[in-house]
Amino acid sequence: MRKFDTKVQYLKYKVLREVARHAFEDRLMDAYIDIPYTIVPGNEPTMRCCVYKERAIVNERIHMAMGGYKENPNVIEVIDIACDECPMGGYEVTESCRGCLAHRCEDVCPRGAITFDEHQKAHIDKEKCVNCGRCAKVCPYSAIINKRRPCESACKVDAISTSAESKAAQIDNSKCISCGACVYMCPWGAVADKSFIVDVVKMLKESEKDPARKVYAVVAPSISSQFSYAKLGQVVAAIKKLGFHSVVEAALGADMVAYAEAAELAEKGFLTSSCCPAFVDYIHKKFPQMEGHISHNLSPMAAIGQYIKGVDPMAKIVFIGPCTAKKMEFQKESVSPYIDSVLTFEELQALFDSRDMEISQLEEDVLDNASYYGRIFARSGGLSDAVAQALKEQNLDFEAKPVACDGIEACRMALLKASKNVLPGNFIEGMACVGGCIGGAGCLTHEEKNKAEVDKYGREAYEKTISDAIGALK
Amino acid sequence: MNIYVCVGSSCHLKGSYQIIELMKKALEDHGLTDQVNLSAAFCLGKCTHGVTIKVDDEIVTGVSPETFPDIFQKYILTPVKG
Repeated sequence: MRKFDTKVQYLKYKVLREVARHAFEDRLMDAYIDIPYTIVPGNEPTMRCCVYKERAIVNERIHMAMGGYKENPNVIEVIDIACDECPMGGYEVTESCRGCLAHRCEDVCPRGAITFDEHQKAHIDKEKCVNCGRCAKVCPYSAIINKRRPCESACKVDAISTSAESKAAQIDNSKCISCGACVYMCPWGAVADKSFIVDVVKMLKESEKDPARKVYAVVAPSISSQFSYAKLGQVVAAIKKLGFHSVVEAALGADMVAYAEAAELAEKGFLTSSCCPAFVDYIHKKFPQMEGHISHNLSPMAAIGQYIKGVDPMAKIVFIGPCTAKKMEFQKESVSPYIDSVLTFEELQALFDSRDMEISQLEEDVLDNASYYGRIFARSGGLSDAVAQALKEQNLDFEAKPVACDGIEACRMALLKASKNVLPGNFIEGMACVGGCIGGAGCLTHEEKNKAEVDKYGREAYEKTISDAIGALK
Repeated sequence: MNIYVCVGSSCHLKGSYQIIELMKKALEDHGLTDQVNLSAAFCLGKCTHGVTIKVDDEIVTGVSPETFPDIFQKYILTPVKG
């Protein structure tokens, strides 16, 4: 049974699972020093130079699983001793250069940075090279490679650099949008997201003692593309078995947001979306001049949280999704009254297994609160479709020209154009992760079929329109 | 008086939105909209008994368009009108 994309995720999961297991048993403080020996038994290293380093790194992972360093406000953090200090230095010519006649590399170099030695082998002048990569693309022998750290390549907002002191990666919090791209891409698991799994276990235990303190799980629609080894209804049953009172679709919050955002768009004439917290953070950090155009609506997560708390003021609400940036969003002053904690799908898997659940053996429960449109928020383009539909349902005479930005680089292009008034559109759907939420760092798997899974789940919704889905809540 | 209609997934699929519409209409017809607060609740914990509503602290299960008139009379109209 393949649960994760990479062994790095699997390792992180094992730590989370053990932490959750001990937290459920009320013995975390006594037992956490044993966890490194559970994860790294014996004397033969399998990951690093020796078992001692492996256990030291596991200790750091335990610390992250228990909430990480509080002094650092960012939920994304580098585990210094886990960083392999990957080689770097940009484009280099390797031994594979055969000293050919064509010299395509030289022809495409816009800076004249390529020279040849007496054997006709290419060399790159680092003083001139601007790392455009054209030489690497045209070399028929693939002899030119880019020595770039995977974390730095993954970070499209240039928030990662190398510490001059330690040579480990470091994150510039003034640029980082907590999207988690580096977390997913680091082959060593040296960048990690802090976990609130212990807080959630505590909430569930309190609820067990006092049933009036209900804990609600608000699940993101991308859940339909996850846990592929079981049926969605079984996953819902498993969430309830953990002690959650009810499982509610964040997609219903998305329906509410689409409805309100459409009206706001018609009123203001230009808007950027509010649902992706990494995108919203990016505007604040990189395009402060565009801040006034961010939709004033809450995100779907916060909107549905607000509604539930309105009905049940004692409720504790945990958002479960694919997103590490949501772990920042729920701490914001405007959102913290409505959401009490955030888990990723990785962490949910760890919770299930900490209770040794056989999910595929459970009887199927149901999950149905939202419309097709709320559900397709999980993939790029879904929000744009939903806003167009909401305009139609409200009979608003306004033509939406959405620009669906798939990934933070596309967001940057659109924001740049919009800031110069040359964007051919009036609504920017910003999704920091490529593919939308289904590309989120907290997903168990990132597969091609995930988009189709989300659309299929959307079509299965009982309510066909946004108005129908939110009609009962008014 | 506070009335909660369960809109948890299970009740939703059994038609709780229809019950909300019936409830809204019945409250209007009897001029009770000022005396009664109607809200939606996410799961009242009786998922296998048809649509569930809560009238103040009392849970009523098995609400359907057929049973609605009697339930409305018994749990809402009679107590409110005293």
